[in-house]
Amino acid sequence: MMGGGRGGGMLQGTRRGHIDDEVFGSVYNRRVVLRMIPYMFRYKGFAVIATLSMLVFTATQIAVPWFVATGIDEYILKDATFGQLTVLFAVFVGTAGLNWVSNYAQQLAMAKVGQGILFGLRRDMFAHLQKLSLSYYDKTEVGRIMSRVQGDTGQLQEFMALVVMTLGDMLSLAGIVIMLLVLNVKLGLISMVTIPILILIMAFWQPFARKAFMRVRVAISIVNGALNENITGIRVVQSMNRQDRNLEIFDDKNREHLNANLYASRLSSGLIGVVDVLTAVSIVLAIGFGAQMILNNELQVGALIGFILYIQRFFDPIRNLTMQYTQLQRSMASGSRIFDLLDTPLDLEDAPDAVELPRLRGEVEFRNLNFSYVPEEPILKNVNLHVNPGETVAIVGPTGAGKTSMVSLLSRFYDVPRGNGAILVDGWDIRDVTRNSLARQMSMVLQEPFLFSGTVRENIKYNNGDVTDMRMIEAAQAVNAHNFIMRLEDGYDTYLAERGVNLSLGQRQLLSFARAIVADPRVLILDEATANIDSYTEVLIQRALQNLLNDRTAIVIAHRLSTIRGADKIVVLNLGEVIEEGTHDQLLARNGLYSRLYAMNYASIEEPLELAGRADGDS
Amino acid sequence: MKVILRIIRIALRHKWRLIGAYVAMAGAVAAYLMLPSLFQDAIDRIYFAFTEGGVSDLPRNELLTIAVAIVVLSIVRGVLSFFQTYLGEALSQLVSFDIRNRFYNHVQHLSFGFHDRHHTGNLMSRAITDVENIRMFINMGLVRMPYFMLLFIIAGIIMMWMDWRLGLLSTSFLPFVAYHSVVMRLKMRAIWLSVQEKMAELNTVLQENLTGVRVVKAFAAERHEEERYSTRNASVAEDMVEAEKLRASNTSFMNFAFLISLALILWFGGWRVINGEMTPGELAGFVFYMQILSMPVRMTAWMVNAYARATSAGQRLFEILDTESPVQEKPDAGEMPRVKGHVRFEDVSFSYDDDVPVLRNVNIDAQPGMVIALLGAPGSGKSTIVNLIPRFYDVAGGRVTIDGIDVRDVSFESLRRNVGFVQQDVFLFTTSMRENIAYGRESASAAEVTQAAKIAQLHDFIESLDQGYETPIGERGSTLSGGQRQRMSIARAVLLDPPVLILDDSTSSVDAGTEELIRQAMISVMQGRTTFVIAHRLSTVHRADLILVMQEGEIVEQGTHQELLAASGLYRDIYELQLRPQEEVMKDMEAPVIVTAEGGS
Repeated sequence: MMGGGRGGGMLQGTRRGHIDDEVFGSVYNRRVVLRMIPYMFRYKGFAVIATLSMLVFTATQIAVPWFVATGIDEYILKDATFGQLTVLFAVFVGTAGLNWVSNYAQQLAMAKVGQGILFGLRRDMFAHLQKLSLSYYDKTEVGRIMSRVQGDTGQLQEFMALVVMTLGDMLSLAGIVIMLLVLNVKLGLISMVTIPILILIMAFWQPFARKAFMRVRVAISIVNGALNENITGIRVVQSMNRQDRNLEIFDDKNREHLNANLYASRLSSGLIGVVDVLTAVSIVLAIGFGAQMILNNELQVGALIGFILYIQRFFDPIRNLTMQYTQLQRSMASGSRIFDLLDTPLDLEDAPDAVELPRLRGEVEFRNLNFSYVPEEPILKNVNLHVNPGETVAIVGPTGAGKTSMVSLLSRFYDVPRGNGAILVDGWDIRDVTRNSLARQMSMVLQEPFLFSGTVRENIKYNNGDVTDMRMIEAAQAVNAHNFIMRLEDGYDTYLAERGVNLSLGQRQLLSFARAIVADPRVLILDEATANIDSYTEVLIQRALQNLLNDRTAIVIAHRLSTIRGADKIVVLNLGEVIEEGTHDQLLARNGLYSRLYAMNYASIEEPLELAGRADGDS
Repeated sequence: MKVILRIIRIALRHKWRLIGAYVAMAGAVAAYLMLPSLFQDAIDRIYFAFTEGGVSDLPRNELLTIAVAIVVLSIVRGVLSFFQTYLGEALSQLVSFDIRNRFYNHVQHLSFGFHDRHHTGNLMSRAITDVENIRMFINMGLVRMPYFMLLFIIAGIIMMWMDWRLGLLSTSFLPFVAYHSVVMRLKMRAIWLSVQEKMAELNTVLQENLTGVRVVKAFAAERHEEERYSTRNASVAEDMVEAEKLRASNTSFMNFAFLISLALILWFGGWRVINGEMTPGELAGFVFYMQILSMPVRMTAWMVNAYARATSAGQRLFEILDTESPVQEKPDAGEMPRVKGHVRFEDVSFSYDDDVPVLRNVNIDAQPGMVIALLGAPGSGKSTIVNLIPRFYDVAGGRVTIDGIDVRDVSFESLRRNVGFVQQDVFLFTTSMRENIAYGRESASAAEVTQAAKIAQLHDFIESLDQGYETPIGERGSTLSGGQRQRMSIARAVLLDPPVLILDDSTSSVDAGTEELIRQAMISVMQGRTTFVIAHRLSTVHRADLILVMQEGEIVEQGTHQELLAASGLYRDIYELQLRPQEEVMKDMEAPVIVTAEGGS
């Protein structure tokens, strides 16, 4: 009856998981509704317009059969003049005009409110995600967050369309009931006799239908999961010749989805037939009793026609309301997940009196630092380290020794609770300064190069858009990236699709080096930055770094000896403690862990002492 | 149109369901359209009984007959519309079932060249959204469209026949309304497409922001990112409102048009009733028919939309389904027997997309049991060489032979049974450890699986898990470390026991304990096989019978470690720069290895 609803079928991408939430979720969640209100409130003008116009629209819709009934009884059968009939016509046309305007206004205002809410929710979620510290990201898969921001807001969009439809349905249902009683109370009651029957049938039908729809959703997510896995693992599939067997397995899953759908559609098609029959019964009742009442002068013919028209419209809202149940349930679950995300407490915020750091000289100090991600499982134990401006310090040690944690803390990816030591740069406690002013003076190159979709230029100038092309090219040249960039199709304007899949791993790492250089950091952090590149490229980078580190402080985590030997200072970390410190030669002379590891490990220096004799040292 | 015909052809495979749906539909239309005339008849009888006689004259029998007829027709209509809806739905589900299976199977047979170009997300969206659009079309376009057309035409004819003036008046502008809404719908489609594109962009920004969270934070780029997101977010919302506006203007206009036609019927029809040229029942009949007519007109726009969507969805799907794998089995492909492992590259050249040659004049002669190490910068062609052996790609020139048999002359199955591939970051499936190891040979016994795991140095780890070999692996093998994944891949290869083995060991960032395990696993798995290693570790390079140094698609140097050092070429350069510091400690390399081996499991 109304144009609203139906999101055009978009946004229904893959939503894995949360099937449980949907199965057991409730239809009404107070928190979700309450939290939505402020978002709606920003568009309160439109919300008011939407509500008012919806009332007007429903009223004009409901008025139509009444017009027909009254027109026939009061004008046509009373032999009205052409003029009188024209007046009726004019009023009818006026109502139709009102219907047009209110219908348009209603839909448009709804769209503004709805889209406004979605815009606000997405913006707030994104902003909140930016503020969350890395400990959140350590615990939460990207896929999950994506489905919150993407899938769940999509659900919510459908939800809002649904709320509008539901409200419209309820309004028109109420309107029809009222009109039936206004036309004739007795006949109205008689023709509504079938409603309890329908409600009974619905009550019986509903649980089956809900289960059937759930089954369909579970089945489709299994089908999509299987397909996704096969495409992602295609290299294994083909090299192992699994195609035939895989098709068999997929066919089973696909067939279960087919059967689930067939069952569900038997259920929903069945209901259509039931409604048709019940409508007919109501009409027959109206005609039968109506006939008697007309002859008794209790009813007029036009009113009977009105009855038939109303009854024909009567069951649609009821049926819609039942169909919307499962959708409502899903949407509430989505809404609740969205607000869970928005309510995730921030564990890292700038202090209210945080100051902006001036340009640093580059002195870094870890002072009695203790840290753990999980209570009782200390990662760093009383770590002390002093780095003078311009020095290059290497941190070595086995996996899990706490190397990455040290540099993550320095970049303030996590905060050290006060009382557990401190990290100072140029004497400033990093918790007392704004994270922005701190991070802007540090650059980090990670083991996995990460590029953004965009041009080479945008990637190198990431967050430093005002850097000149000159400096960008200098940086690229410094890390030996310039030549290969120039060989790309559009040079620096080459678009890197999907995070640079069109580049090799080594090339991507060179770009992330260039990016780090363009930022002109005072402190450069390399976290196993060359571990994933081949020896050849590593050599190129090694050479480049020698120039770049001239007047900068550098903290290097590495496991290849060649990377470390030139360092001003090497720190050996084991099980969260600094156990040795000194230059390469000093450490070798000390004959401690470093030298033993060095002597024993021909290619790397990552093995904890305890594991040296054991074979299975995986973590 | 071609696309639509093709979709219809797929549907015609289940033609009995389609015919059944049409038959049920015809019956349902007939029953439905008889109802208004019954209402009309009843009203007229009541009206004339009222105006011409008293209470006693109520034509009870006739009314009873009409009532029974209404109920019976409605039951018939209910049953038939059940069959129509169900069969239509079933047909559409069967078609999507067929397409999904075909898509799955086709995609898994396409060569690596195809998968290099098509991203998983892209393929998935075709399999999800496009298949769904085609399903909608089958249901809406193929089954319901004729239903609505039939309703429209027959109801129109009945109205003309009842009173041609009034009939003409009330139906004349319906085609116009339908046309208008179709035009609107197509305009909306354009906006929807743009919304979809912008939405995809919005999601890319989000996804990259999340995946690259360390970079974002390291560069303090949160505000920069928020801006990037916000602009796209706003433009999505704007477009959405624009689309809604179009829809609102369309649906509200359509509703208005119907009300006007109803008003016209009441006006002219009413006048004719007053003049005695028409009965009140006939007037009511018109109103009832109009109510029936409103549905098909309203649905025209949906139909056109379903049609347009199905066309583009079909195009996208058939594009994939019609892609012929560039690597094809010959129709008369023979079986490759179990080979000894003599692999030869004869003047092999290769390029991924015709213009840039990736390999030039590659000649390799690998005798059975030899270990060949490939060394070179990224993009120098190392991976390409090994991918040519199991025919993941086909050579552009020259040939690759195993035991003298051209790999293009035999079936994939028999070829790949002979060539094992150990990937560095291997894909694990969401099943148990056992099923993952036995992925290439499901028939393997428990003892064989255990044996393979032992050789791959993975047995102890698996045993230490609560459920041992039955432990399920999380999504994308997230519960295993990189080193464990690599060894899993080795175990798979061991179970297949291929005479030719390819080890991709090009990158590595594992700690020494793991490295040692991998090294041991690799040494045992290489035993008795011709092995190609994309080398990274010095130990592997040393061990190789032949080292190939690659540069820009060519083998620039080859020989053993000693020979290449003596040659003072590129190999020596790399060695001097990078490997030498390691070499210093390698002089007594044997000692630590023995220590580790003895201490090991």
